[in-house]
Amino acid sequence: MSASEGLNLTLKVWRQNGSKEKGKMETYQVSDISPDSSFLEMMDILNEQLIEEGKEPVAFDHDCREGICGMCSMYINGEAHGPGEQITTCQLHMREFKDGDTIHIEPWRAKAFPVIKDLVVDRGAFDRIMAAGGFVSVNTSGNTQDANAIPVDKHDADKAFDAATCIGCGACVATCKNASAMLFVSAKVSQFALLPQGQVEAKERAVNMVNKMDEEGFGNCTNTGACEVECPKGISLENIARMNREYLKGSFG
Amino acid sequence: MGWTKQFFSSSIGRKFAMALSALFLLIFLLQHLAINMTSTFSEEIFNELSHFMGTNPLVQFLLQPILIFGVVFHFMMGFVLEIKNKNSREVKYAINKGSANSSWMSRNMIWSGLFILFFLGFHFYDFWIPEINYKYVQFKPEDPDRYYEEVAHMFANPIRVVIYILSFVFLSLHLLHGFQSSFQSIGARHDKYTPAIRKLGKIYAIGVPVGFIFIAIYHYLNLL
Amino acid sequence: MSKLDSKIPEGPIKDKWTNHKNNIKLVNPANKRLIDVIVVGTGLAGGSAAATLAELGYNVKAFCYQDSPRRAHSIAAQGGINAAKNYQGDGDSTYRLFYDTVKGGDYRSREANVYRLAEVSANIIDQCVAQGVPFARDYGGLLDNRSFGGVQVSRTFYAKGQTGQQLLLGCYSAMSRQIGKGKIQMYNRHEMMEIVIVDGKARGIIARNLVTGEIERHSAHAVVIASGGYGNVFFLSTNAMGSNVSAGWKIHKKGAYFANPCFTQIHPTCIPQHGDQQSKLTLMSESLRNDGRIWVPAKKEDAEAIRAGKLKPTDIAEEDRDYYLERRYPSFGNLVPRDVASRAAKERSDAGFGVGTNETGEAVYLDFSSAIMRYGKEDANVHGHPDASEEEIRARGEKVVESKYGNLFQMYEKITADNPYKTPMKIYPAVHYTMGGVWVDYNLMTTIDGCYCIGEANFSDHGANRLGASALMQGLADGYFVLPYTIGDYLAGDIRTGEIPTDTAEFDEAEKSVKERIEFFINNKGKHSVDHFHKRFGKVMWNKVGMARNKEGLKEAIEEIKAIREEFWKEVTVPGSADGINQELEKAGRVADFLELGELFARDALERNESCGGHFREEYQTEEGEAVRDDKNYTYVSAWEYKGEPSEAVLHKEDLKYENIELKTRSYK
Repeated sequence: MSASEGLNLTLKVWRQNGSKEKGKMETYQVSDISPDSSFLEMMDILNEQLIEEGKEPVAFDHDCREGICGMCSMYINGEAHGPGEQITTCQLHMREFKDGDTIHIEPWRAKAFPVIKDLVVDRGAFDRIMAAGGFVSVNTSGNTQDANAIPVDKHDADKAFDAATCIGCGACVATCKNASAMLFVSAKVSQFALLPQGQVEAKERAVNMVNKMDEEGFGNCTNTGACEVECPKGISLENIARMNREYLKGSFG
Repeated sequence: MGWTKQFFSSSIGRKFAMALSALFLLIFLLQHLAINMTSTFSEEIFNELSHFMGTNPLVQFLLQPILIFGVVFHFMMGFVLEIKNKNSREVKYAINKGSANSSWMSRNMIWSGLFILFFLGFHFYDFWIPEINYKYVQFKPEDPDRYYEEVAHMFANPIRVVIYILSFVFLSLHLLHGFQSSFQSIGARHDKYTPAIRKLGKIYAIGVPVGFIFIAIYHYLNLL
Repeated sequence: MSKLDSKIPEGPIKDKWTNHKNNIKLVNPANKRLIDVIVVGTGLAGGSAAATLAELGYNVKAFCYQDSPRRAHSIAAQGGINAAKNYQGDGDSTYRLFYDTVKGGDYRSREANVYRLAEVSANIIDQCVAQGVPFARDYGGLLDNRSFGGVQVSRTFYAKGQTGQQLLLGCYSAMSRQIGKGKIQMYNRHEMMEIVIVDGKARGIIARNLVTGEIERHSAHAVVIASGGYGNVFFLSTNAMGSNVSAGWKIHKKGAYFANPCFTQIHPTCIPQHGDQQSKLTLMSESLRNDGRIWVPAKKEDAEAIRAGKLKPTDIAEEDRDYYLERRYPSFGNLVPRDVASRAAKERSDAGFGVGTNETGEAVYLDFSSAIMRYGKEDANVHGHPDASEEEIRARGEKVVESKYGNLFQMYEKITADNPYKTPMKIYPAVHYTMGGVWVDYNLMTTIDGCYCIGEANFSDHGANRLGASALMQGLADGYFVLPYTIGDYLAGDIRTGEIPTDTAEFDEAEKSVKERIEFFINNKGKHSVDHFHKRFGKVMWNKVGMARNKEGLKEAIEEIKAIREEFWKEVTVPGSADGINQELEKAGRVADFLELGELFARDALERNESCGGHFREEYQTEEGEAVRDDKNYTYVSAWEYKGEPSEAVLHKEDLKYENIELKTRSYK
């Protein structure tokens, strides 16, 4: 890209040194950003600039940079993973912005996701919910029954897959006005509830995972549907309805 | 009985409770509209139905308390959830673009709900308190023909009519999200039936408030 | 006996693993509770190993640098996982999978390991299905398969384009279950900084808590390294930003031999680099080559006009296009193995026919227009419109192609803002996987007692080139079905050892060296950032130690890498402090290790005077540009012993014996 096409931008970035300290928005300028660059590459450039100025770079989570690991997590201009649907922050490209724009960058905000530093938050609550029941209790042996022993209705298998594509990024919590984690939890509950292998423990799983979710301090679901729209993998609200049923079955059954 | 307590103190249990009370109120609202609507074409039927509702012991001593409980419960639970939900995000976003992913109605149920609460207070002051006063405080003898006059008379005041209309607009906004939301909450979701429920929800959310508005305006104009 | 004892069991190849399992020592369940195992890395190999070891009863401590085990880079694998199930009844068998893998690896892998891999492959699918991994199914409810490059059967199981994700989440589920039980202690956001060796045995690690900056001591009876590949030595690769060689390099420096560092896989279908601001490359699944045709303009002036933006690919007439893979390899065409396809793309670009309109100019076309028209015609016929207009055929064809590759096309469009239904995709090879790694014996133990290495981090079963959908298979085979058995043989000797204390001189020493290095970085107020060095170094690696290498280039590279390394230690700057999150500090440590590995990598490439698999030496090729292997002199694994500087590393050779497969020239013509 020639220099004339580069973008000059004002960035307002949340800086916070540690979970116990107070944070605030800081303003930075970056210039000559290629529209073909990804948003995180723009952040790299900002950081290189800060290092050169002898300042501390902005800490942010990122890893695979191809939209699947779920590590990146920025609230950009008031939206989880920024403008555009079904993408993660790393898949957001600078061509979505105009020269001279001001971009607000904040961390995920939820009581259950405390900020560790700058834009980095602790999503350990998700791991703890998984440990409460997000599995099928089958040990590794060489003698599990043959993979084709139980046919699975293709429709169910496809739905289980769609639910299983959740990358655990936390955009659902970040975007929900109640900081609810129901989309995340329901995706896992649904994946297993739809497959015969998951049926055996279905009741206990739903109850244990939901109770753990409540304990972690996430809010309740009010069906606004914002999570579904901002979810990088387009996980459907249908899963939350299914989880509600599963929880009812688990509680009363 | 530990599990019922556990269920109703869990997030999903509360959602269920919220949705069930909502579904109950939806039915009540429809019944209320149906009876009131008769006042626009037959004073006689309206009086007859109102008399029945006002004197039948089953309605008065079973359904009425249930209704009051349902209304109070729905509001209380709404407040409890709102406070809990607010607490689950301690630091707010500097910039949040809710309109990018959700409807205004879904994000502002508490405000439309509060407006409806305000209206209910007004509505109770208008009808329910005089009614209770008439029947159970002053023990006046029942007059089966008094209802129509009482209702129609209320709408002579244009300010009252405007307040009613505004309230029903908020009721409509509340229902536009609430109707389908209550089905979602109890897990009633299906690839085939959910689109129909959504459509029905829209018809209900617009139709019912418009019906009430029509009644108010009808009586206002009728008395001019 | 030399330290390079591969410990391959006796007997016919098909009985080796069974006999071995019957003869190795076991640890009884009560004693397993007394034994601790450290697992570094939680991808497919580390995650499956940690879960299985915990299920068996060992106390597992698992470490990952990410914020959750679920984020390991195995998650990015797209295509699928091979298994010799023969569900399609197309004549597949353990032997065929074994044969294809050895041939695909250009005859530089250990027969016994590969056979075992093929043998346990079927168990992997059973295990994953039991865990609730939602593989693709057909309408009868049974598992579906697809075919992949370099083989003639359909043995690849898949979950759309997200197979790696689904398998990793399966491992993560299994781990979560053990974490909930307390059998796995999970250390997220922790990086292994050093291995601790006591009396010649691996007995623990020093780790840095990446959140608090604390340096921690962790002891165990055995240490398992499962930290993945080192593709980021090139700076730009399809690996995750955090992927690094450090765990493997630390154990190398403490006595583990490093094998075949120069065997690197360059994947042919990646999105070309857009410019100097780029941080990483993105892979497009190999499955695209099933329907896409690869070409460049046949005339140089056309290529120049395209690069200058004066011509569009759709302006080039059919007869002016050079479908060079179809031209050179008529029988496999666009489906030649990855190494062959990558080199051919580089050859055309270097010759001036590249079509990259970006700063680098390097790219070739992957064109779906023939597939779109072919599928469209078919679809029109099926639906009873044999005389459909060209427009309608195209529309129908686009629908069919969308149903097959929709998510990939969408991903491409997101990154490049080009619509691949209307204009050909631009692709170029990129570093993707490293076949080389820490040397291990048949039991997956390194040359350090009690230190194991599994998955991509070891030198593995793939020889000089890996076939598609085999990395997932190897990671899970190692973690679920091989290591948990073989490690018992070693740990049986430790049932009376008791907990390993961490207040010993060995731990003191290891911790001290770690702290010194960190302090150095923080206090060294140099002129340049870590990335500054990594980028320069990566360019040297790519240009001189990349897809094609020659003696001169490699010698230059060795000198240049040395110079960059020296400058790095003088001029690197790491802002901030060591007590808390400091991502620059993390990078500095990793790049320091890459800078040493890079030199060894180049030395290994220089030493291997042949072309095989991913290693292509320009001096060793036929007139048509095909790789020329030298079986007489180079049928061995090069295993390097650390002696201070990379230039002083000592080469050990493990000779490879082919008793079940005849060594042949690989031909895909």
